[in-house]
Amino acid sequence: MNFIYESLPWYVSGPLIALVMFVLLIIGKQFGMSSNLRTACAAFGAGKASDFFKFDWKAERWNLMLVIGAVLGGFIASNYISNNTVEINPVIVQELAENYNIKNAGETYLPKEIFGIKALDSPFIIAVLFIGGLLVGFGARYAGGCTSGHAISGLSNLQLPSLIAVIGFFIGGLIMVNFIYPLIF
Amino acid sequence: MKYIIYLVIGVFFGLIMYKSEAASWFRIYEMFRFASFHMYGIIGSALVIGIIGVQIIKRNNIKTLDGSKMSLAPKNKSIARYLIGGIIFGLGWALAGACPGPMYVLAGAGYSSILIVIFGAITGTFLYGLLKNKLPH
Repeated sequence: MNFIYESLPWYVSGPLIALVMFVLLIIGKQFGMSSNLRTACAAFGAGKASDFFKFDWKAERWNLMLVIGAVLGGFIASNYISNNTVEINPVIVQELAENYNIKNAGETYLPKEIFGIKALDSPFIIAVLFIGGLLVGFGARYAGGCTSGHAISGLSNLQLPSLIAVIGFFIGGLIMVNFIYPLIF
Repeated sequence: MKYIIYLVIGVFFGLIMYKSEAASWFRIYEMFRFASFHMYGIIGSALVIGIIGVQIIKRNNIKTLDGSKMSLAPKNKSIARYLIGGIIFGLGWALAGACPGPMYVLAGAGYSSILIVIFGAITGTFLYGLLKNKLPH
């Protein structure tokens, strides 16, 4: 029974993600994990500041339920059915240790140097987390979707706009990890 | 009651995100260093099944459970918003090591620091709403 703690292989995870998309389509919704951020803004009263948030957010409550479900899923997975380690390429383990002083690669799910509670003593790490989130939220709405909305839903529907967005995701990600990381970390 | 189905789908999605390691910072870093096939395999295999399924839906005109059209409308044409927005998203994805779905999954897994990322993402969404009319679309 040890296999239930192991990571799910890509050829199982990918099709299961497609399944989530199909189930949502069948019940009349579109798969996307970032529109709930707009719903959250609207629910907090952001409609007063911009028309972008003036819509019937209560009709979008379903995507907030999806979020609550995802939180529960993360809780269940990490506590009961995972060994919480990620076996990445050993070359990357070494690279992270040598270049960025990230020592626990391969042993934990997230680097404690960035996501550990002690890391929050550093204003720099707080800024990294906040700005990372800021760019994700801003970019997802500007591009009209995120990894799920464009890279899965949009590309499955052969949408050129989604292809442009996904190319953008990779340009941004490659610039960050290959050029900006060495400068800031 | 009708919301229970979304809760169940969310739990299932959360389990897959965590178990597939798509919610791990390490996997995102590794992907952008082209050091593993794992993330490309996840996205690629989801797409193969997704493209085939959507084609089947379209060719057979399959409807939703309550008989309406599925949400497969074409997206508005533009280059600027998708490319610029996409690049901004990608920078954030790699900086935080998480995209919107996994953020919630990690919150559930007990990483309190991710709440700062989520707060940032809500703030970013709000900023976009304020600046929307001034940006090229």
